Amino acid sequence: MPFIPHTEQDVREMLATIGAPSIDALFDEIPASLRIQGLDGIPEGLSEMEIGRLMSERARLDGRPLSFIGAGAYEHHIPSAVWAITTRGEFYSAYTPYQAEASQGTLQLIYEYQTMISSLTGMEVSNASLYDGGSAVAEAALMAVRAHRKSKSLRVLVPSTVNPNYRRVAISTAGNQGLRFESVAYRREDGCIDREALAAYAGEDIAALVIQQPNFFGQLEDVDALTDWAHEQGMLVIAVVNPTSLALLKPPGEWGKTGADICVGEGQPLGVPLSSGGPYFGFMTTRMEYVRSMPGRIVGRTVDLDGKLGYTLTLQAREQHIRRGKATSNICTNQGLLMTAATIYMTLIGPQGLSKVAAASMQRSGELVEALTQVKGVRAAFNGPRFHEAVLLLDRPASAVLRELETQGILGGFDLSVDYPELGSALLVCATETKTAGDLARYATALGAAVQKVRAA
Amino acid sequence: MNQILEKSIFEYSRSGRSAQVQQPPGADVASAVEKIPAALRRSKAPMLPEVSELDAVRHFTRLSQLNFSIDTNFYPLGSCTMKYNPKACNQYAMLPEFLARHPLAPDSQGQGFLSCMFELQEMLKEVTGMKAVSLNPMAGAHGEFAGVAMIRAYHRARGDLARNEIIVPEAAHGTNPATATMCGCIVKEIPVDAQGDVDLDALAKAVGPNTAGIMLTNPSTLGVFERKIEQVAKLVHGAGGLLYYDGANLNAILGKVRPGDMGFDVIHMNLHKTFSTPHGGGGPGAGAVGVSARLEPFLPVPIVGREGDQYRWLSEVDRPQSIGRLSAFMGNAGVLLRAYIYMRMLGREGMSRVGEYATLNANYVMARLRQAGFDLAYPERRASHEFIVTMKRQAKELNVTAMDIAKRLLDYGFHAPTTYFPLLVPECLLIEPTETESRETLDAFVVAMATILGEAEADANTLKTAPHTMPVRRLDDVRAAKQLDLTWKPVNSAA
Repeated sequence: MPFIPHTEQDVREMLATIGAPSIDALFDEIPASLRIQGLDGIPEGLSEMEIGRLMSERARLDGRPLSFIGAGAYEHHIPSAVWAITTRGEFYSAYTPYQAEASQGTLQLIYEYQTMISSLTGMEVSNASLYDGGSAVAEAALMAVRAHRKSKSLRVLVPSTVNPNYRRVAISTAGNQGLRFESVAYRREDGCIDREALAAYAGEDIAALVIQQPNFFGQLEDVDALTDWAHEQGMLVIAVVNPTSLALLKPPGEWGKTGADICVGEGQPLGVPLSSGGPYFGFMTTRMEYVRSMPGRIVGRTVDLDGKLGYTLTLQAREQHIRRGKATSNICTNQGLLMTAATIYMTLIGPQGLSKVAAASMQRSGELVEALTQVKGVRAAFNGPRFHEAVLLLDRPASAVLRELETQGILGGFDLSVDYPELGSALLVCATETKTAGDLARYATALGAAVQKVRAA
Repeated sequence: MNQILEKSIFEYSRSGRSAQVQQPPGADVASAVEKIPAALRRSKAPMLPEVSELDAVRHFTRLSQLNFSIDTNFYPLGSCTMKYNPKACNQYAMLPEFLARHPLAPDSQGQGFLSCMFELQEMLKEVTGMKAVSLNPMAGAHGEFAGVAMIRAYHRARGDLARNEIIVPEAAHGTNPATATMCGCIVKEIPVDAQGDVDLDALAKAVGPNTAGIMLTNPSTLGVFERKIEQVAKLVHGAGGLLYYDGANLNAILGKVRPGDMGFDVIHMNLHKTFSTPHGGGGPGAGAVGVSARLEPFLPVPIVGREGDQYRWLSEVDRPQSIGRLSAFMGNAGVLLRAYIYMRMLGREGMSRVGEYATLNANYVMARLRQAGFDLAYPERRASHEFIVTMKRQAKELNVTAMDIAKRLLDYGFHAPTTYFPLLVPECLLIEPTETESRETLDAFVVAMATILGEAEADANTLKTAPHTMPVRRLDDVRAAKQLDLTWKPVNSAA
């Protein structure tokens, strides 16, 4: 029996100890009418050898195309040590560290993570992770409404330069509590928040403004001016950032005169594989004054009976297992193992290394845009500074061009036509430090051929 | 257990040291920075450690050794189903093609992954008796959220707008009332009777035209099967409400009875419990949801569909009534792959035996602890996959609490059971052995418990000051909350 160690003798003797005639008798409190006689729809069990072969076949079907898709999930080099240690049983198969004395490893690691991510984002405190970037934006909006001392408004401004899926997750998650998310247009020339459209909200009672930097198009927003404007209007500022970019970009804690109030983002770029979308982790940091409004677990350092330093979960009175219906969030299980990987990644890559990853990604992406815009019928959509992504406009339908590229083993980018139909045929492309000059040249050549083929069709 | 505490990673840090082989060659930081407008640049480097690769590997390996885990210790944490996490599930979910696949890659570049997800949906439908499944929610509480949001959407779609009350038994997990609140509902708690079943009279009084639904765990958090489930279903459905099944305890009944057959309209499954994906020191989980036919249109997207021999994501376009997206992409894909692999290895017969042997182990430990002099919270009842010991008598007679027992167990190499949950049983220990533990391990645990009881009778102080062999002794939680120390700071820093 897979993973069940009992011998027949064990079963006999255990039943005798219990005083039950059979295992079946242990279910005698369940109404007989509800009992089932088997699971016919489940296939026969497989040995480990057989499942290994099956999974290898399935994996082969997925292939290994050359991908230039970003749009919220980014391919980066992951040091071998990251997952070698993360998957050690002592991390992998431990529970949430409620028994502090038997969980000092996980607890200290979370404390070190909190230190690193707080410093990276320029904020004072961090929680121990949320589900992903999208759910982190939703939780940040709920937190802003809760933490706002002067306004009871349920309105949150989420400009259209914020990842469209984050906006969707925020609406499905926080809409049930009455939060209203209002969009703000972007400028066609530089793909950044339209300050005139934003000015229309001046003087209104709104809880928070969400600012994504770099924004969904890869463009850099004028975060100082936006932050100061929002604060003048009495709004809190929720920063949504790419952690890799923060090696080079001003951290949210330093935006404008007083800094953003809550900072969230997708932690995946920090050592987490793309893996079809998860598991990733959301990070959240804030100012100390808001720590009691923050959802999720938090680790604090304290001392034991002998005065020795140790770590424990703290401020648990915010959480569901204590506060039940009045908790800051219903979150319980978070993404601990991914936060573990990210902590090891940040340690191995270091401050210098992260700057180099960010710089190399910017460089590669700049070279990619240069190469692709040499192709006839392809141009950059926006002016202005970018990080490692860019929007390209094509004079032929993006979907047809992408299909053509796919036959060449290339995933050419993310088609923006569903989320931003006003752009026409537009592609969001990304290159990071993992791409070589040869990869970029291969894409440029293939794109030329693909556009031509679509034009001829 | 390693007695030596590990210093902070920041104390290893030396300016200028790095794991150079991990850095991209030829990166030109200065010229990248030049392309960023001066006002948008970072001025001060983040405080990340500057260490060698060996420093990092040794530090985090040592940290890992300070943990209890399933791989190293029996971990009978009630309601958490700490069963063995097969290594194959991890290895084959981490094949390079699976790891490299971008979430926005076209369906044509993911037929292998999508076929696994489709089959996982089908298998989960079969073992729960539900009509349709969505794999999106990323944890149990996230699945609860999806479930209650669907209940609300269902009532709204029928124009039944007054239904905003969620009924929750007082023994429920804290996530249940917290979820109801997150969905904008009002929570109504109802009592359970002396035998641990829902108080039907109280339920009859609680239901009405405002009832959106009831959230139930079955077997309940009291470690017993809810025997009146059919009457509960009848009462709630009769009042126009729906039934939500919290899958925290699904391991108890896997292969024996199905939530769909009990009358539940929506359920979540904790794949990190019943289907053996790792707990990871706090996640990631996966909280797939299953629904009856009437809730199918509201399932969160995306869902994997099959057309001929091709698999594709179904989105908002295919499911216009969906409650929407709960994650930026499609939930914890890699966790779902692990659950798929586990289910395929178990197969039809293996899956039926999970509930049987989990129940056998729980009833065995319960019987032996009773013989050893422990009091059971529900001595007249069968254990499900878990059961409750109450230390109420010992607390009074010997001045030892459930917490003291829990801490002393650590010294014997056993992780503590769940303590002080459910809240309505005083001084309780909720014990869940799981089916993957051998009789020898269970016997050793019983011996440790009996020994500890003897110690309590001889000198309670041994327990009150436990643990004695862990890296740290009991920690000052009050100080942790009052003098908040949440990030490491250099010794010389003013902060």
